[in-house]
Amino acid sequence: MSYRHTIRQRVYEFPDLKTLLAKASPLRSGDVLAGLAAETYEERVAAQLTLADVPLRNFLHEALIPYEQDEVTRLIMDTHDAAAFAPISHFTVGQLRDWLLAEATDTAVLQGLAPGLTPEMVAAVSKLLRNQDLIALARKCEVVTQFRNTLGLRGHLATRLQPNHPTDDARGIAASLVDGLLYGSGDAVLGINPATDNPRVVRNLLEMLDAVREQYQIPTQTCVLSHVTTTLQLIEQGAPVDLAFQSIGGTEATNASFGVHLGLLQEAYEAALSLHRGTLGQNVMYFETGQGSALSAGAHHGLDQQTCEARAYAVARHFKPLLVNSVVGFIGPEYLYDGKQIVRAGLEDHFCGKLLGLPMGVDVCYTNHAEADQDDMDTLLTMLGVAGCTFIMGIPGADDIMLGYQSTSFHDALYLRHTLGLRPAPEFEAWLQQQGIFNEGGQLLPAPEKHRLLTQVSG
Amino acid sequence: MSDTPTPLPENPAPDPWLGLRRYTAARIALGRTGTSVPLRELLAFRLAHAHARDAVYSLLETERLLGELEEFKLPIYHVRSQAENRSQYLQRPDLGRTLHEDSSRALQDSAPASSDVALVLADGLSATALNQHALPLLRLLVPRLQQASFQLAPLTVAEQARVALSDEIGVALHAQLVLILIGERPGLSSPDSLGAYFTYGPRPGLTDDARNCVSNIRPEGLSYPAAAEKLFLLIQESLRRQLSGVKLKDETGLLE
Repeated sequence: MSYRHTIRQRVYEFPDLKTLLAKASPLRSGDVLAGLAAETYEERVAAQLTLADVPLRNFLHEALIPYEQDEVTRLIMDTHDAAAFAPISHFTVGQLRDWLLAEATDTAVLQGLAPGLTPEMVAAVSKLLRNQDLIALARKCEVVTQFRNTLGLRGHLATRLQPNHPTDDARGIAASLVDGLLYGSGDAVLGINPATDNPRVVRNLLEMLDAVREQYQIPTQTCVLSHVTTTLQLIEQGAPVDLAFQSIGGTEATNASFGVHLGLLQEAYEAALSLHRGTLGQNVMYFETGQGSALSAGAHHGLDQQTCEARAYAVARHFKPLLVNSVVGFIGPEYLYDGKQIVRAGLEDHFCGKLLGLPMGVDVCYTNHAEADQDDMDTLLTMLGVAGCTFIMGIPGADDIMLGYQSTSFHDALYLRHTLGLRPAPEFEAWLQQQGIFNEGGQLLPAPEKHRLLTQVSG
Repeated sequence: MSDTPTPLPENPAPDPWLGLRRYTAARIALGRTGTSVPLRELLAFRLAHAHARDAVYSLLETERLLGELEEFKLPIYHVRSQAENRSQYLQRPDLGRTLHEDSSRALQDSAPASSDVALVLADGLSATALNQHALPLLRLLVPRLQQASFQLAPLTVAEQARVALSDEIGVALHAQLVLILIGERPGLSSPDSLGAYFTYGPRPGLTDDARNCVSNIRPEGLSYPAAAEKLFLLIQESLRRQLSGVKLKDETGLLE
C-alpha cells in the first residue's frame, strides 16, 4: 500500500510503510549509507506529515519484513496483545503521539499499554518526537526488574561496572573492579567483556567475579559477556552463571550474523532460569543492541536503522531481561556520524525500549573516528538521567582499554546521581553505606586509606 | 612526560590504591574533586583524545614514503580510493573499498603478468601509523619474502583506503596474495597502531572472514621483528595451502 502527501503542489509518494518510516527518520549517516534517507529536508517532513496520518492498525497488517521470511516478524505478530492495544486501536501515529504526551496518560497506563505496542508503532511515533518528547515520555515509564537487587525504580540510576582488560588478566580486572566498587559502581551488573570467547578463560572470570561477590556479600549480579553458546556450555559444566548475555538485532538475518536465533535464546533463557540464582527475582537475561547492526550485517531488508533497532527490543522483551542496553555510539561514524546523531539515537533507543516495557540502559559512548567528544557524552548522559535511564556504564576514567572506545566513568555516574538526586539500587545502596563507601545521604565518603576490598587485589 | 601540564597547587591527590595501577593501564585511582575528576586527569584524557583525533585526520607523507620505498627496487604505484576526503571516507566505507577510476586504469595498464605477493601501504584510520611503522616493518619483511623466492608485485601506496581496497589492487596486479599495511582505528592510548591484513586469492566482494590480521604493530605493542616474523610465517603457509582467513587461523595456531 502506498502513502502520499502533497506540499505546494509537489506530491510525495512513498510506496510502502518501510520506505515511509525510513524517509521520516531524522538524518543519520547509516540511512544515507543504505540509500534510504530522505533526499531533502522537505521530503523528510513530508514523510513525517504522512506518517502522522497512518492508522496504527496498518502496522498489524503490513509487515515490514514478510511474516514467512523472518522469525522476528512472526514473534512480533504472534505475541501482539490485542486487548492491550484496544484502547488505542483507532489511533493514527500522530494521535498516539498527542495521547502519549497528555497528563492523563500516566505510568500505569503506559505499563498496561506496552504489550499492545509493536516495535514498528513505537519507532514510527519516535520519528515524530522532539528530543524533549523522547525524554518526557521515557520518564513516565517505569520498568522494574530483579535478580539480587531491584533495578529501574523511579529516582534510581544503576551502573554496569565494566572492568575490562585487553588480555583478561585477573589482577588487572580485579584492580578496575575494586576501583569501581569504591566509587559506588556496579549495581546493574559486574560485567566483563572478555577479550576471548575461550570457555576456560570465561569460566575463570565468572568464578573470580562470583568469589568477590560472595566474599563481600555484594547485592548485585555478575556476567561475562561471552557468546550465548559459550554461556550454555558453561552452565552445563556448573559454572556460576547469573545472567545469560547476548548481542541481538531486529531481523532474523541480523541475529544469524550474531550466531543466534530465537530458539537458541529460549534455550539460554531456560538454562539460566534453571539455576535459580536470583534471590529477589528471576530476570536472567542481559541483551545488548545498537542501531546499524542490521545494515552492517547486510540484514536490514530495506528498513531504516532505528526501526531495525526497535524490532530488536521485541526480541529482548520476549525473554523478560534484567538489563538491555543500546551500545549507541560504538558502531562508528558510518552509522551515527557525530555527537548530534549519537545523542538523538541514544534518546530514541531509550524511549523505544522503555515504552515497549524494557529495563533500558544506554552505553553513552563514542569511538575516536566519530565527530564526538566528552562534551557530547555529558549532554546525552544528562538527558538520559532526566529521562530516567535504568543504567549506564561505569568504566575507569571513561576509557575502555580493551574495546578501545570511550564510555561513561564512575565519576560520571556520581555526577549524574548528585546533580539529579538519583540513588543506586536500594539493596546496593545499603551495602555501600555498610561498607563505608557512601554516607546516609548517598554521597561518596573520602577515599579510605585501607579498605578490605583492596586486599582482593594486593593481598 | 614533557607534554603533561604542570600540576596545580592543591591538586586533588590520586586515591590511596594508586599502587593498583601496576596491574592495569586502565584509568583507576584517579582521585576526585567533588564528583569530578582532577584537572590533571581531565587534561591527560583530552590530550590522549587529541592525539587520536589528529591521527584520524593525519595525511600520508606520500613524497617521503615514495622516496624511501625505492630502496626495495620494486615499481611503485600511488593510488587512491573513490572517497574524496576524510569526511566522506568516514561516512562511506563503500567508497574507501573501491579504486578511483584513474587509479584503476593506471594499475591495469602496467600490471605484471603475475606475482606471489602484492604489498599495499594505506592510510586507513591513522596515516600516522603508516608514516611511522610501515618502512621499519617492510625492511624486515621484504628481505624474508625475497629470500624465500616469492615474487613480489609492484608496491602500492593507497590514500583514503579501507582494507578491502587491497582486493581490487591484488586483482589488478595479478597477485596470488595481497598484504595491506593500514592504520587502525586509533585508541585513546594507541593513536599509531598499524594493522596488517592479508588475503589469498583476492577478489572484490570478499569479507573479513577471508582474511587474516596481525594487529597492534608498534613499538609499544607488537614489535617490528615479531610482526615481520609472524607475517612471514603466515604468508608462507597461506601460499602453500592456497587459502587464508578462518581456516588458516584455525589450522596454524599462529593467531589467537
